[in-house]
Amino acid sequence: MKIKGILGALAAIGIGLGLGATAHAGPTLDKVKQAGQISCGQGTGLAGFGAPDSQGRWAGFNVDICRALSAAIFGAADKVKYVPLTAQQRFTALQSGEVDLLSNNTTDTLQRDTELGLNFAPVVFYDGQGFMVSKKLGVKSAKELNGATVCVAPGTTTELNLADYFRANKMEFKPVVIEKRDEVLSAFFSGRCDVYTTDSSALNADRLSQAPNPDDYVILPERISKEPLAPVVRHGDDQWDDIVRWVVYALIDAEEKGITSKNVDDKLKSDDPGIKRMLGVTPGMGKALGLDEKWAYNEIKLVGNYGEIFDRTLGKDTELKFERGLNNLWTHGGLLYAMPIR
Amino acid sequence: MATDLLQRTRPPLWRDPATREVLYQVLFVALIVALGAFLVHNTLVNLRRQNIASGFGFLDREAAFGIGESLIAYSPADTYARAFVVGLTNTLYVAALGIVLATVLGTVMGIARLSGNWLVRKLAQVYVETFRNIPLLLQLFFWWGLLRETGPAPRQAWQPLPDFFVSNRGIAFPTLTPQPAYHWMALALSIGILAAIAVHRWARRRQVRTGQQFPSGWVGAGLIFGLPLLVFLAAGAPLTLDRPALKGFNFVGGHEVSPEFAALLLGLVIYTGTFIAEIVRAGILAVSRGQSEAAMALGLRPGHCMRLIVLPQALRVIVPPITSQYLSLTKDSSLAVAIGYPDLVSIANTTMNQTGQAVEGIAMIMAVYLAISLLISLFMNLYNRSVALVER
Repeated sequence: MKIKGILGALAAIGIGLGLGATAHAGPTLDKVKQAGQISCGQGTGLAGFGAPDSQGRWAGFNVDICRALSAAIFGAADKVKYVPLTAQQRFTALQSGEVDLLSNNTTDTLQRDTELGLNFAPVVFYDGQGFMVSKKLGVKSAKELNGATVCVAPGTTTELNLADYFRANKMEFKPVVIEKRDEVLSAFFSGRCDVYTTDSSALNADRLSQAPNPDDYVILPERISKEPLAPVVRHGDDQWDDIVRWVVYALIDAEEKGITSKNVDDKLKSDDPGIKRMLGVTPGMGKALGLDEKWAYNEIKLVGNYGEIFDRTLGKDTELKFERGLNNLWTHGGLLYAMPIR
Repeated sequence: MATDLLQRTRPPLWRDPATREVLYQVLFVALIVALGAFLVHNTLVNLRRQNIASGFGFLDREAAFGIGESLIAYSPADTYARAFVVGLTNTLYVAALGIVLATVLGTVMGIARLSGNWLVRKLAQVYVETFRNIPLLLQLFFWWGLLRETGPAPRQAWQPLPDFFVSNRGIAFPTLTPQPAYHWMALALSIGILAAIAVHRWARRRQVRTGQQFPSGWVGAGLIFGLPLLVFLAAGAPLTLDRPALKGFNFVGGHEVSPEFAALLLGLVIYTGTFIAEIVRAGILAVSRGQSEAAMALGLRPGHCMRLIVLPQALRVIVPPITSQYLSLTKDSSLAVAIGYPDLVSIANTTMNQTGQAVEGIAMIMAVYLAISLLISLFMNLYNRSVALVER
């Protein structure tokens, strides 16, 4: 009995040491290369941004960010394991090393950047929080929502913005806080709440893909917050942080330079020194990142540039039909501005 | 000769059973302590390496999130500590109500299972076998969905009684507006209860001494209900109702029971009630038939026989396992997080996610559940001692 107890304790210590060892593992890139795949934290399914399709394959805007990363590292876009995470699980999963990055509509905030020990890659989608209500209520503005019951997911900036907005406008509200997204939505569509609030892009997607009848619901005009959505990595691995950062910049830069998945092979013959540097014709950029010189070429060839990804998953080629709006290039009146690849 | 040998050659230290026993235990405790220290140290080092904040300083910061229902005043401007207390009171509220109602339901069903009436017996059996064998989480989703989907919108709320409204937002009903006289009524009530207990004890002593009976039940009821009523009338019968009324989106005024709370309470009571029913049935069956037969032979009425002979002996079997059920019910209330009732776990989860301090949050949840459980155990053990068979 006692011997067994001691053995048990020894086994427990072994597990403890094991945990300690994983926590001290080397740079993320080595781990990813060794595993042969990137572990990519996704949401629990949001049309257009990231959800499994009818064959169970993940597809969407956030998914394509991870595919681009996979293309840059492995030269193949499908070396990704998608891990669905709720808003509450995502940061712990990233901190503990269960996933290598989050690409799931996470808002960049000061507190997350500092106290949660995270680093944010460049913003890939500029969003703002909105409200959806049933048409029957006849509400025209968020200012008329005093006393409303509001469905919201916990552990999000949404939950905090909601409280801030009602406080600032001296209004009362009753939150109904439910962890799982599909439960929140079913509560809202069954009439448990007057209002459903989240990022307005997600409201649009949910209205079109989840509502029993999309025409019964309206999205109020107010945008009550800034929601810059960006991929997230852990503090403490600068190389991995750099790779994710420049993989995103390359997507945006490619659109700016007019490089698409269709013409990228022709562009290899371009005389433009900037394009030559980016596509690895002039070597150096890949080495600096610790990647193959073809990293950006592979990204664009296999996944496409930012505009192609947007159109394919959220924009004009989809039922969602999102406008580019803020998510257009700076040269077209948007906010997308990639740092120079040189 | 042989005994001589045994006495002279003491075994070496590491083979001496007494030494070995102590040594192993010391070693074992040391290992456990070392393991604990290692894990704590490792966690702290890792948190620091990843620049994740630690410590309980976040409790003083503004919570900035809303909570749907609360027994104490709360607004998003309050601190995380206050939000945590809101969660704690919500948990205690649902657990306390749940324990009382589950005990009532379980006792009724347990006795019904032993009923001579075939229909009553079978109905109780169907209840127990159905709800005991379906996972509680599923039952919660079922009740929640039922309350949400079947209730009409607030503007078309059902009104079964005047000022009672049933909708998919819950059940709104009127409450009494607080009056100064109510404090005096509460005082009168406690005096009434104390007086009733005193009368009961006196009557019992007198019956033991002289055999004369005294209607202490009626007198006690008169004291408990009569005294507050007298105060109420003397104060001029102040009675104003805070009535719920549809204002804007929801009902304002009175009190509203949310579908989340109702579903959680219903689920906990019905689920735990099945286990309590079985415990009660087992407890009653454990008292041998001879006991009640002897009581009848002495001329005790069935009610007296149950109260004086069977129940005291059954309780001694019932109380220990029922304690476990109370503990389970309290801990199961944490499933509230799935259906959106703001209990301790739900609020701690939100806090952890907003502050990123999961280790502290989990530690607080564990400490609170441990404390609640130990308290329940303590009270139930005290009660158990008072009903346990005293052997001479």
